[in-house]
Amino acid sequence: MSSTAPRHTALDALHRSLGATMTDFAGWDMPLRYGSERDEHLAVRTKAGLFDLSHMGEITVTGPEAAALLNHALVGNIATVGVGRARYTMICQEDGGILDDLIVYRLADDEYMVVANASNAQVVLDALTGRAAGFDAVVRDDRDAYALIAVQGPESPGILKSVTDADLDGLKYYAGLPGTVAGVPALIARTGYTGEDGFELFVAPADAEKVWQALTDAGTPAGLVPCGLSCRDTLRLEAGMPLYGHELTTSLTPFDAGLGRVVKFEKEGDFVGREALTEAAERAASEPPRVLVGLIAEGRRVPRAGFPVVSDGKVIGEVTSGAPSPTLGKPIAMAYVDAAHAAPGTAGVGVDIRGSHEPYEVVALPFYKRQK
Amino acid sequence: MSNPQQLRYSKEHEWLSVAEDGVATVGITEFAANALGDVVYAQLPEVGDTVTAGESCGELESTKSVSDLYSPVDGEVVEANQDVVDDPSLVNSAPFEGGWLFKVRVADQPEDLMSADEYTAFTAG
Repeated sequence: MSSTAPRHTALDALHRSLGATMTDFAGWDMPLRYGSERDEHLAVRTKAGLFDLSHMGEITVTGPEAAALLNHALVGNIATVGVGRARYTMICQEDGGILDDLIVYRLADDEYMVVANASNAQVVLDALTGRAAGFDAVVRDDRDAYALIAVQGPESPGILKSVTDADLDGLKYYAGLPGTVAGVPALIARTGYTGEDGFELFVAPADAEKVWQALTDAGTPAGLVPCGLSCRDTLRLEAGMPLYGHELTTSLTPFDAGLGRVVKFEKEGDFVGREALTEAAERAASEPPRVLVGLIAEGRRVPRAGFPVVSDGKVIGEVTSGAPSPTLGKPIAMAYVDAAHAAPGTAGVGVDIRGSHEPYEVVALPFYKRQK
Repeated sequence: MSNPQQLRYSKEHEWLSVAEDGVATVGITEFAANALGDVVYAQLPEVGDTVTAGESCGELESTKSVSDLYSPVDGEVVEANQDVVDDPSLVNSAPFEGGWLFKVRVADQPEDLMSADEYTAFTAG
């Protein structure tokens, strides 16, 4: 991590006026929580929460060969994404290792917005720029062009509806359209990282406070609260969603992470990592690597990233993310474990928590799925 | 945030009541509870345990981290707060009252415990 001063989002002063506890995240000074992270988590599950996600990295790709470039640079079939739709995908190294997981929005026939994790935005920008050689396409760093505000939770459609002219009923999950929110231009996307219905709003940084305030005013009567990164992490963990640096790293391929479905071998043309990923797919089928599973505690001690998963005194895996689950009322974790111990209900599995082996139940992911 | 005047405070953010019949109550301060975030698990010392000032005697686990619990004094534990074991959120909601952690028969008390005003200044720095 660089030792330079932390970056501040356009909503920084507002977070401080709300009394947020701030934390360094990938070089950004971000709200960790405003009050109780458990209350914030439960508000998103039952009502609504408002997040500043302006640390995420936006990269715009334009030009006649924008689709061809992204099909070459990423593992997904980006050319088939319809205008106004979004796709979850990944960018890999030549050896198949995951550089980042991404959401790609197709804004027009020849224009895409790639949203990278804050910690990887520069890596993704550099890779896309390098891979653009020979394509009639332009890769643009738009990290400073947007603030990103998310409103998530079952009440979020009603709240957003009251401050936008956009047709939200026509906006499907993983779709995005331009519109206005609180009278200012916004790209309105029905995406999120919480396991709930919700929206992500890309707006000009100068308009961010206005949008935040309008959503606060409209949402407070419905139970909306400001939410920090702490509850965002427990929300995504319950929803079984991977976090780069935890479940996804350069030493894992999408197949190792159980996300081989994002790799589209059938697409036209070559793409970075095709050869290595073809081998990784075969390896995953013939001799399964460690499998990403869910673990639910029988006790109350909380597993953390890096703790060994054990069975019969032997290490059989490693926790990648762990936290007390507000929804389940118990500690939960995601972990990579040897395939022999990965089946839900496997007996005798525990986590080594500072030297004591605490019993854990192996379950299929996710821990939580919303009722539709 | 106001720190009760009648308590004494340690640099590890524990508070200690003035002993009655040699027994004092120990908890963590509101400042510490806020810094931890929601406490979800409390491992407290057991009745009969000997605790030593400045040494770990249990742990408090929150959403993001686990923290050692220190005793502000030397002595023998005579009671642990079962209410906190059952509902650790008491540490956040009432750190100076219902969220107390354990009671100790004081054998020796360090001289560097702070007054409320001194602790307020300590945490403001």
